[in-house]
Amino acid sequence: MIIDHPLLGPRDSAEFTYMGDARLIERPSPDSPDAAAAFYDYAYLRDNPAGWHRELWFHEAGDRSWLVVTRNTVTHEISKVEFASDVARAKGRSK
Amino acid sequence: MTQKNRITGGQIDRNTTCKFTFDGRTYAGHAGDTLASALLANGVRLMGRSFKYHRPRGPMTAGSDEPNALVHLRSGARTEPNTRATTTELFDGLTATSQNRLGSLSFDLLAVNDRLSTFLTAGFYYKTFMWPAAFWEKVYEPIIRRAAGLGALSFEDDPDVYDKGFLHCDLLIIGAGPAGLMAALTAARSGAEVILADEDFRMGGRLNSETYAIDDAAGADWAAALVSELANMPNVRLLPRTTVIGAFDHGIYGALERVSDHVATPDAGKPRQILWRIYTQKTILAAGAIERPIAFNNNDRPGIMTASALRSYANRFGVAVGQRTAIFTNNDDGHRTAADLHAKGVKVIVIDPRADAPRARDYEVLAGAQVVDTMGRLGLTFAKVCLADGTERIIECGALGTSGGWNPNVHLTCHQRGRPSWNETLAAFVPDGLPAGMTVAGAAKGDMSTAGALAGGAQAAHSALDLKGRMLAMPKAEDAPVNITPFWYVEGASRAWVDQQNDVTVKDVKLSHQEGFRSVEHLKRYTTLGMGTDQGKTANIGGLAIMAELAGKTIPEVGTTMFRPPYTPVAIGAFGGRHRGQDFHPKRLTPSHKWAEEQGAVFVEVGNWMRAQWFPREGETTWRESVDREVLATRNSVGVCDVTTLGKADVQGADAAAFLNLIYCNGFAKLPVGKARYGLMLREDGIAMDDGTAARMAHDHFVVTTTTANALSVYRHMEFVRQCLVPDLDVQLISTTESWAQYAVAGPNARRVLEKIVDQDISNAAFPFMACANITVCGGLRARLFRISFSGELAFEIAVPTAYGDALIRRIMAAGAEFDITPYGTEALGVMRIEKGHATGNELNGTTTAANLGMGRMVSDKKDSIGSVLSRREGLNRADDLRAVGVKPVDPTQPVPAGAHLMISDGPVNAAHDQGYVTSACYSPNLGHHIALAFLKNGDDRIGETMRLVSPLTDVDVQVEICSAHFIDPKGERLRA
Repeated sequence: MIIDHPLLGPRDSAEFTYMGDARLIERPSPDSPDAAAAFYDYAYLRDNPAGWHRELWFHEAGDRSWLVVTRNTVTHEISKVEFASDVARAKGRSK
Repeated sequence: MTQKNRITGGQIDRNTTCKFTFDGRTYAGHAGDTLASALLANGVRLMGRSFKYHRPRGPMTAGSDEPNALVHLRSGARTEPNTRATTTELFDGLTATSQNRLGSLSFDLLAVNDRLSTFLTAGFYYKTFMWPAAFWEKVYEPIIRRAAGLGALSFEDDPDVYDKGFLHCDLLIIGAGPAGLMAALTAARSGAEVILADEDFRMGGRLNSETYAIDDAAGADWAAALVSELANMPNVRLLPRTTVIGAFDHGIYGALERVSDHVATPDAGKPRQILWRIYTQKTILAAGAIERPIAFNNNDRPGIMTASALRSYANRFGVAVGQRTAIFTNNDDGHRTAADLHAKGVKVIVIDPRADAPRARDYEVLAGAQVVDTMGRLGLTFAKVCLADGTERIIECGALGTSGGWNPNVHLTCHQRGRPSWNETLAAFVPDGLPAGMTVAGAAKGDMSTAGALAGGAQAAHSALDLKGRMLAMPKAEDAPVNITPFWYVEGASRAWVDQQNDVTVKDVKLSHQEGFRSVEHLKRYTTLGMGTDQGKTANIGGLAIMAELAGKTIPEVGTTMFRPPYTPVAIGAFGGRHRGQDFHPKRLTPSHKWAEEQGAVFVEVGNWMRAQWFPREGETTWRESVDREVLATRNSVGVCDVTTLGKADVQGADAAAFLNLIYCNGFAKLPVGKARYGLMLREDGIAMDDGTAARMAHDHFVVTTTTANALSVYRHMEFVRQCLVPDLDVQLISTTESWAQYAVAGPNARRVLEKIVDQDISNAAFPFMACANITVCGGLRARLFRISFSGELAFEIAVPTAYGDALIRRIMAAGAEFDITPYGTEALGVMRIEKGHATGNELNGTTTAANLGMGRMVSDKKDSIGSVLSRREGLNRADDLRAVGVKPVDPTQPVPAGAHLMISDGPVNAAHDQGYVTSACYSPNLGHHIALAFLKNGDDRIGETMRLVSPLTDVDVQVEICSAHFIDPKGERLRA
């Protein structure tokens, strides 16, 4: 596969390390009353869809960016590649 | 050495004679021959024995779709089994032997299987050898494996080199027949970067095997002229002898180039094969079509082949397989073979089941007739034909060509879930649902005429590259339509081979249907139809057609089996490339490696690193002697160890301390500048991930270490936290593992040694335990010093830029000479950390928590950190949880091996009564007996208990005493000295 890195352009997927569901960005707050349940959900439950999926890829042999790649797990078509840090900010993870 | 079947014409070089041997006999052929064509020229039709019944077999094709003519090529370590004689380019000195026989090829003792065929039908091994069950493994399977099968490996190391390479282009064209060549010319003249790959050694595809003219030139000459024009264009790369084996995601193709397979041994410095990864914007598949046979009784004798193969041997290789030849065809293309052979002086007769078969002026055409059987023990001698009026006629012939029509070569179109669709006119599957960026042209698409292929290739290149100009003018070429009446097998045939490689007959297909195998994929697995080295290229469609008929369905309703890469078999060596032996993975050497080699160190692989394991001295005969000496010398005076391999990362920025607070379970916010602290990282599920130290070099600058094994994954995790969880913290990370050479100097004399090297005051008052600083050494070289101790002794870790690593170890050794400084390796390092009760990978094994490790109170509840919430869940905090303890034998001569389990002293030994397990064990030269670290249920409260340590697998059963894990200096006085 080829991942179109937002800064570096098209790169072979062999340069990347895969981590799965991008929902890992949405780490729950430890202070919420249901923190234990929320962390259980966060640590153990993942979607594994046949179809479009937002995934985390790490450009380990490149610029060390974590990327959010929107990929169809059936066809391997990639429709969007974003910096995970931008996605995290959009999710309200700025300090 | 007569080539009795050699006729005139063809593209062989008659001035170059190649001598070769087959089964020990010497023959002669010519450059441009394949092994099969040269053997056929010499009148040799018998080239192998079949898989199951050991029936005599000869080539059925003239290409890579060959099911039968598989041989051992070359000898010794270069022996390659299952090599298709039909694609093996002849060279002088070639040696080949036949395979899968017991005795000689013409008298194979295992041919008895053919007589036993009643018992060896589809799925026979599931039925015949059911009882007694114990016989399967010991008796039946070895016999079956001996009798059935293909070639054998040499079991010697492959002496050849295989390479991998990467290519990029605008347009990849697969196949250099008329469509591929025209596409290449169109693309090349537009200036695009073009790669043209063809599996054959001579480009031109079917043009080399046909007598058609293109404009006024012979097709083969037209192709040769075009190939040489392309070869001279700088934007074109021609890859002959290259098979595109797979179409992968996003325009990536795998291709195998056989660089040296056409010479006896590779030229100096050349690989045998190259596995290319081709990145392309667009691809044109022009892989042509494959002719399929017709099934009739005994249709597998040597001399029976596809009609197009006979045509190839005659037109391209100048070989008439038989002086009398019969053609059995259901379509007009088969008649071309008859016409071509007749023109070459071969006596031909055509059998065509169609009542309206085309007539011929010069030879007999039996319309409405069928071949019903054949004769000839080791090769075809007669064919029995059933005429239109129902009478039988025996025809003498040495060759029989069959043509059941042509299948577009759709293989690569299916690698991305494409499913071909049925075309009634061609009675064949055509491509449907292509990989992104691929178009298909020529016969592969179903354009079967030469004119159609030429125009289709040009048009495909025009569209693929979005060219604006006018199309190239098309040369004149034949444009005959396809006339075919589907005909798959002769009515009443049973011992008629559908898949010759796997010995699957019409009867087997019927049997599997009768036994309930209705899915085409099940048919394949049950009968093995379509398996093996040819993957049923000539067989699959026949099996499908019979299955469809039995099920009362149409062929498209039955569907095809999945086509998967590789297109043709690839040697494992090509996938391995240069990554074999020493080069299997990259090797990382520490800065002291050269020096350690000079000391005679024994090295051990730790991940990709080579680390000194111990340093044997003269007179030491076992590793234990060396390790015991290194440990005692370090504890009694001073030792030095290269610890560069530990992962190192710089953490910088105003929020660096807040970042460390998040990744470590214990706190770092209040750590003063100039101090280091042990840190434990948890995974988000509360399990311990890694440990190390973080040293605060400045308010906004920490240096953290990780274990050697986890250096990569911990750094990845830190970047994940930084970018994905706290994107706006002011913190930057960089891995510095390779940037600093780092040595541990440990032992009571460690300070005295380093004082001679370090420029600053490192007295206990100025530089106490857990101090850290940026310093200089040797009068000005920048360095980092940490007073941290893994061994439990007074110890320092000193780091200098990597380039000075070799100089520093030599300087330390010189400075320590007066104290008899002793270099120690990973074994002594391990012994000392076990003696001190320090955890490492054996204890942080992915199942243990901070509490298990005895560090439960380190998990701060005053701040958030990764894993802290789930570390507090009930399941990880039970009263009888495992706790780290020490273990020593009651009888001091007994070992306490790692992996053994702890049981109550007088209780039963079984999993239900398991109390814990030993993680790390060693002999302690300081204590004079073996010691171990273990996890024990409720271990904190069981110090002093006598238990039973057992390992039923290794016959260990010893009495042990549970003790503190801190065997040496439990109060930590030495490291604070």
